Amino acid sequence: MKNQQENIIEIKNLITSLGGAVIHKKLNLNVKKGEVLGIVGGSGSGKTTLLRAILSLLKPDSGSIRIFGKEITTASPKTLLEIQKRWGVLFQSNALFSSLTLLENVMFPLKEHTHLNEKSRRDLALLKIGLAGLSAEAAVKYPAELSGGMQKRGGLARAIVLDPELLFLDEPTAGLDPETAAGFDELILNLQSTMGLTIVMVTHDLDSLWKVTNRVAFLGDGVVLSVESMPELVKNKNPLIQEFFGGPRGRAAEEGYGHKH
Amino acid sequence: MTAQPAIHYNSSSRQLQFSGDWELANLPRLQTMLAKLSLPNSGEIIFNGEAIGRMDSAGAWQIIELKKQLEAKGAKVRLQNFAEESVKLLKIVDTKLNEEGDLPAIKKPNPIAKFGYQTVVQLRELQTYLAFVGQLTFEFLRLVFMPANWRWNSLAAVIYRTGWQALPIIALLSFLIGVVLTYQMGLQLRNYGANIFIVDLLGLSVLREFAPLITAIMVSGRTGSAFTASIGMMKLNQEIDALDTLGVTPAELLLIPRIMGLFIALPLLTMWSDIFGVLGGIVTSNNMLGITWYDFLRRFPQAIPLRSFLIGIGKAPVFALIISSVGCFQGMQVKNSAESVGQNTTKSVVLAIFFIIVADAIFSIIFSKMQL
Repeated sequence: MKNQQENIIEIKNLITSLGGAVIHKKLNLNVKKGEVLGIVGGSGSGKTTLLRAILSLLKPDSGSIRIFGKEITTASPKTLLEIQKRWGVLFQSNALFSSLTLLENVMFPLKEHTHLNEKSRRDLALLKIGLAGLSAEAAVKYPAELSGGMQKRGGLARAIVLDPELLFLDEPTAGLDPETAAGFDELILNLQSTMGLTIVMVTHDLDSLWKVTNRVAFLGDGVVLSVESMPELVKNKNPLIQEFFGGPRGRAAEEGYGHKH
Repeated sequence: MTAQPAIHYNSSSRQLQFSGDWELANLPRLQTMLAKLSLPNSGEIIFNGEAIGRMDSAGAWQIIELKKQLEAKGAKVRLQNFAEESVKLLKIVDTKLNEEGDLPAIKKPNPIAKFGYQTVVQLRELQTYLAFVGQLTFEFLRLVFMPANWRWNSLAAVIYRTGWQALPIIALLSFLIGVVLTYQMGLQLRNYGANIFIVDLLGLSVLREFAPLITAIMVSGRTGSAFTASIGMMKLNQEIDALDTLGVTPAELLLIPRIMGLFIALPLLTMWSDIFGVLGGIVTSNNMLGITWYDFLRRFPQAIPLRSFLIGIGKAPVFALIISSVGCFQGMQVKNSAESVGQNTTKSVVLAIFFIIVADAIFSIIFSKMQL
């Protein structure tokens, strides 16, 4: 917390292509420590690809991605593991292991990466399940027995169980009803303030963008068109951005939250 | 990188001094330190958090846990000099721990109850299987009169995948079985100088038993499992539900083409297997027993009645129905998880092979009673 402006992720001149199609053309993006950064853009603008590149699930053609000051595109498996222990990821479809109960799912990273005893692991996992807003009854169930919203919360519990400094959320509120989605937004804010997390979230949810994010990166034409706070971003003159936020839904969300910012 | 955490108890001021980084990574070390620490069981103890560097929720949990343990023993705990964020975190962890109930106990059934439960589950599954077969029969009868709804493309694709693509492996396998059988039987026959009777033995065993059985077992591993896995994935992906809502029954589009396809392909494969099984026999008898191709093929029609061939081929459609109906049934039974695809695929192959052998035994009894 000493230096608020410290960059936790630095992406420089990133070029990626999927199956011959170029997705990112020299993309630059910085994520500051302690902020909640939203990533938006139209369908096919490369949001998920960018996330996959940052998570080193996909090798970029060229460019550099530095996380916690370490280059990950060329990192050795050992360095990468060190970084992986410091981040948490919530995937769009939760990616809970279907053969394990929720509790076992959340305990899994603790089992792999710490030397805690069984009881401590279980208690810590239960604490995180509680922080994610689920009860102990849900903990012993298998993912398939949980509702969509509960699965999301379960996924989040697994993502924060190692007390990460950096949390990636891919469409955290997609597929949730408005009330659950709003609750999820609250939860994210709550965790962010108590655990001092840096959060990078890819989302389409305009309400989430207004409510949760500090800054928003708008992806289009293979680059980051603009990174600014929501009230500034909606005033941006770029036609792609205007088109995105100018629709009736964009305006409705703006009216709902505009005054608070 | 991180400051070593430490904990120290000052008995005169009754202060427990925390220092360093109370983080998840340091937790195991902290727990060992705590275990060595002897703390009083009564009176007031002050937790001094002045020297704590960083604290995450795991560290907070450990402090709350310690506080609870001491309070349970009868001591009073007071927190002092913790940083503002730490106090907030401690408070949240504390309330969450209190809110969170205990894990619901999982009842372990006794062995007898388990046995009973398993029996009921198996019987239920048998019942669902029979219902499934009945439903398919009705669907089939409905479709017989609606030729416009026959799925020729799917049928052709199934025959291509299950029949045509299986030709090389079935040929190789049958050839080897022919070689092995001839070798083993030839050793015995040679002792009696009855070399030529290898034709009778080999022809009968391959045509009546080995070719249909080996082909069916191979196909249930190759095709039955594929049926289960593909239908199971479609079930998980809600494709089956989608079909239902679009007014196309899954049976019409997915199940019946598979069943009919295998019904056609398996007898053909069995015939193919007959050819290569006998060929393996011919090659081996030529080398080992000195029976020329000419001798072998001249004796073959004399020794082997057409009946044997027909009995062998006649079993294949029954085996085909077993493989495809079990495969499709297990696919439709897939529920919820990827795990279940694996389990049902295993079940599909095991059950199919089991029923194939049972059916073969029943055939043997029937044929011997009928003196065929």
